[in-house]
Amino acid sequence: MSTIELRGVSRWYGNVVAVNDITMTIGSGVTGLLGPNGAGKTTLMHMIAGFLPPSRGELTVAGRSSWRNPEMFRQVALVPERDSVYSFLTGSEFVTATAKLHGLADPEGAARHAIGLLEMADAQDRKISTYSKGMRQRIKMAAALVHDPQIVLLDEPFNGMDPRQRLHMMDLLHDQGEQGRVIVFSSHILEEVERLSGIIQVIVGGRLAASGDFRAIRRLMTNRPHVFLVSSSDDRALAAALMARQSVGAVELTPHGVQVRASDYGTFTREIAGLSRDHRIRLRQVLPADESLESVFTYLLAS
Amino acid sequence: MSSQPATLNPAGPNKRAVQPMSGLLNGVIMRITLRATMGRKRALLFAAPAILLIGISALLKATAHSPVWPPEILGQVGYLVLALTALIIGGSVVGAEVEDGSIVHLLATPVSRRTVVLSKYVVAVTLTIAFAAIPEYLAGAIATGAKSGLAVGLFVGALVGAVVYNALFIMLTSVFSPSRALAFGLLYVLLWEGVLASLVGGVALLSAEHYGLAIANSIAHNSALHAHLTVGTGIGMAVAVTVLTLILAVNRLSAFAIKGDVA
Repeated sequence: MSTIELRGVSRWYGNVVAVNDITMTIGSGVTGLLGPNGAGKTTLMHMIAGFLPPSRGELTVAGRSSWRNPEMFRQVALVPERDSVYSFLTGSEFVTATAKLHGLADPEGAARHAIGLLEMADAQDRKISTYSKGMRQRIKMAAALVHDPQIVLLDEPFNGMDPRQRLHMMDLLHDQGEQGRVIVFSSHILEEVERLSGIIQVIVGGRLAASGDFRAIRRLMTNRPHVFLVSSSDDRALAAALMARQSVGAVELTPHGVQVRASDYGTFTREIAGLSRDHRIRLRQVLPADESLESVFTYLLAS
Repeated sequence: MSSQPATLNPAGPNKRAVQPMSGLLNGVIMRITLRATMGRKRALLFAAPAILLIGISALLKATAHSPVWPPEILGQVGYLVLALTALIIGGSVVGAEVEDGSIVHLLATPVSRRTVVLSKYVVAVTLTIAFAAIPEYLAGAIATGAKSGLAVGLFVGALVGAVVYNALFIMLTSVFSPSRALAFGLLYVLLWEGVLASLVGGVALLSAEHYGLAIANSIAHNSALHAHLTVGTGIGMAVAVTVLTLILAVNRLSAFAIKGDVA
């Protein structure tokens, strides 16, 4: 039974609540934790990995608490975000040493295989201090996979990787997930999470904001009202014209232009140009005002 | 057996066979710790105080006229060198890896925290012996002869000092941040042991330097060593302090927590 169970898990530091009452079950396949920086994804990862105790709630990995449970690492691997490895070791030495620490019967063979999986064979005899960030990520992953763990936790694993490396790593993780392993990775980049995850868990401000497959999350996100800032040659007339349209929910005159809340993003963007032309209004600027990930996520929280 | 999904691994089922992770010491951790501590020509840094001590001894042997200097200098200066060497070495075997986060790679394995601490501890003690206790002996041999009670006594005392100091400093770096641990370590060596132990009775009971001096005195029988404790007390306290501080260090590492990003 290789699942990760969280029930009412919270974690706080003094007055700051990093993770707030999260309940979820993570099973086999690839699960993405999506959320802006500072949302609590890393805190959550570290609690699952047994490197932080929950302040409240229950957290079990494969049926047992992960806190103070080093035996768990026979089945679990963590690839931390922090770029810290023993840089005086060569890639091969680092992965082989990790294999030995896991008590594998053939540490050198396991290391060779893991290094090959991550396409690091060419660089394995160089010191890690000479590696680029993407190479460090890959060697950390090779060390994490060397003992063939059932549960793999990756914190922002694609940081510093070029597109080709990222695709290769995604394929690798996808295969591992297909084989029944539990793969959990965190990211603040929607496209990464979409591409790779079966299930996405959206974490915002320490809370679980939304949960579902990528289509459901996308739908939630595109269905939200979009806010635009439009500056034109005649803002008031434009505002009046816009208010008459079905695709517009609200308008407000501001010193910088007309702030428009479009209830139908697609229709609005199609209509605005023609509408302004019909009213002989010249558009100077149409800017989305809330494209930040935070606003997207906050919307998801509110819904 | 539980159903294991087929892996990509062509190396076969052998790869999953694991060896029992019992044992107090782990060779892999010891080798990594040794390389981490001695890397980047740090051996030169460690050797400097030792060479200085031997140099001072040789110089004084050649130029000094009174016979009192060996126990005074080698006792006080020599054991100060021992303490500071242990502070640097013992303070780094756990502390440096906790600070830069690389210790996670050791802790994310089934190796027990006790084994992690003890393996690093043994490396720290060995290096401290090499860079402080043995030079102490050499300095003593230069001063009063290779088989003299003073040289041998100070050496054995230094061995005990290495054992206790490293346990203490590993504990400090497991409990406190690196800068705080260093501050406490320096305060301990310079203030508690350096000043207070000779002024206030009872302070010597909690002074690693005095455990070493007590043992050195039991072999050298030299009142100029200013050993405040009997050998029995010295040994007893050395054992107690070492065991207790190592237990504390293991406990802290078992509850090793990494903070995540906090908005």
